[in-house]
Amino acid sequence: MFELLMEPRWSPYLAGAGIGVLLWCSFLFSNKPLGCSTAFSRTSGMIEQLINPKKVKKSEYYQMVIPEIEWQWMMVLGIILGAFFSSFLSGTFQLSVIPQTFGAAFGDNLLLRFLTAIVGGIMMGLGARWASGCTSGHGISGLSQLSLASLVAASGFFIAGIATAMLLFSI
Amino acid sequence: MFEQFHTNYSLQKILGLLIGIGFGFCLQKGGVTSYDTIIGQLLLTDFTVVQVMVSAVLVGMIGIHIMKSLGWIEFHTFTGSVGSSLIGGLLFGIGFGLLGYCPGTVAGAIGQGQIDALLGGGVGLIIGTGIFAHFYPLISAKILSIGIFPVETIPELIHLPRWVVVGIMVVLMTGALWLLQLMGY
Repeated sequence: MFELLMEPRWSPYLAGAGIGVLLWCSFLFSNKPLGCSTAFSRTSGMIEQLINPKKVKKSEYYQMVIPEIEWQWMMVLGIILGAFFSSFLSGTFQLSVIPQTFGAAFGDNLLLRFLTAIVGGIMMGLGARWASGCTSGHGISGLSQLSLASLVAASGFFIAGIATAMLLFSI
Repeated sequence: MFEQFHTNYSLQKILGLLIGIGFGFCLQKGGVTSYDTIIGQLLLTDFTVVQVMVSAVLVGMIGIHIMKSLGWIEFHTFTGSVGSSLIGGLLFGIGFGLLGYCPGTVAGAIGQGQIDALLGGGVGLIIGTGIFAHFYPLISAKILSIGIFPVETIPELIHLPRWVVVGIMVVLMTGALWLLQLMGY
């Protein structure tokens, strides 16, 4: 059992099945689908609250999505910890700035990597809240519930994702 | 079931953390917290992301449908629309292709030491969700309600009982995994 935890990679079927079981737990014990992107909205609300608390109090969105630490926020924190434990146990934890594929295509261009990552992050944050969910909320939890909105959103993630990546890597 | 758990908010924070640790662990072990794996999927040279997601949906879908039939849990679906699900999904996808992580895997990438995920992706996501919050009243009034879907779920759309659709999904998804295996991925 311990050896399994120390392996650098699992078969994608095993990793996926593990996530499926976690989805059961999250529905059963927490009455919630697995999702990540609302936690980023709450964080952005908490930061804005430090700068302009009056505006956040009046904001229509932050009255719905209250800027506070709750279940999902803790879950995203858990993802960071879980990935850290996993990579630490297998000895693959490594500080790195430019991913291999990116470096091979564009060289060790720090500015370009941060630019694509920040602009990508902004578009993704916007899109995730626009569609009310991300790859976990729609892609895994929503499809497991046979949600139509999730099927459409997840198709959008991959259609635009494939087109954008192909365009970027053809430059 | 476990209703008394659901309203115990301190317990829920601990449960959230534990479920997250498991989630991050599985994502990292599956290799999907790596930019190379995700970009490989979007360039259609590596199908690990699809293999992990389809396996998760297969196991997740069957389990939650059994628990729902037993009356243990409730589902949380909502009605989508062209303005929300499709436009939002496409915007997300452009970000997905540029960043090479998604909101969950960006957290996992931070955990395994990726600085671009922390200072690029994480910061970008916080800015992007902040922009959405700021423009929410306008986006909500003008765009989100365009082309509201007539139904909430796939079974309602194709007029088939829920369990039949689960069966069809199982066949389609196992078939897809098998086909990818045959193609050497």
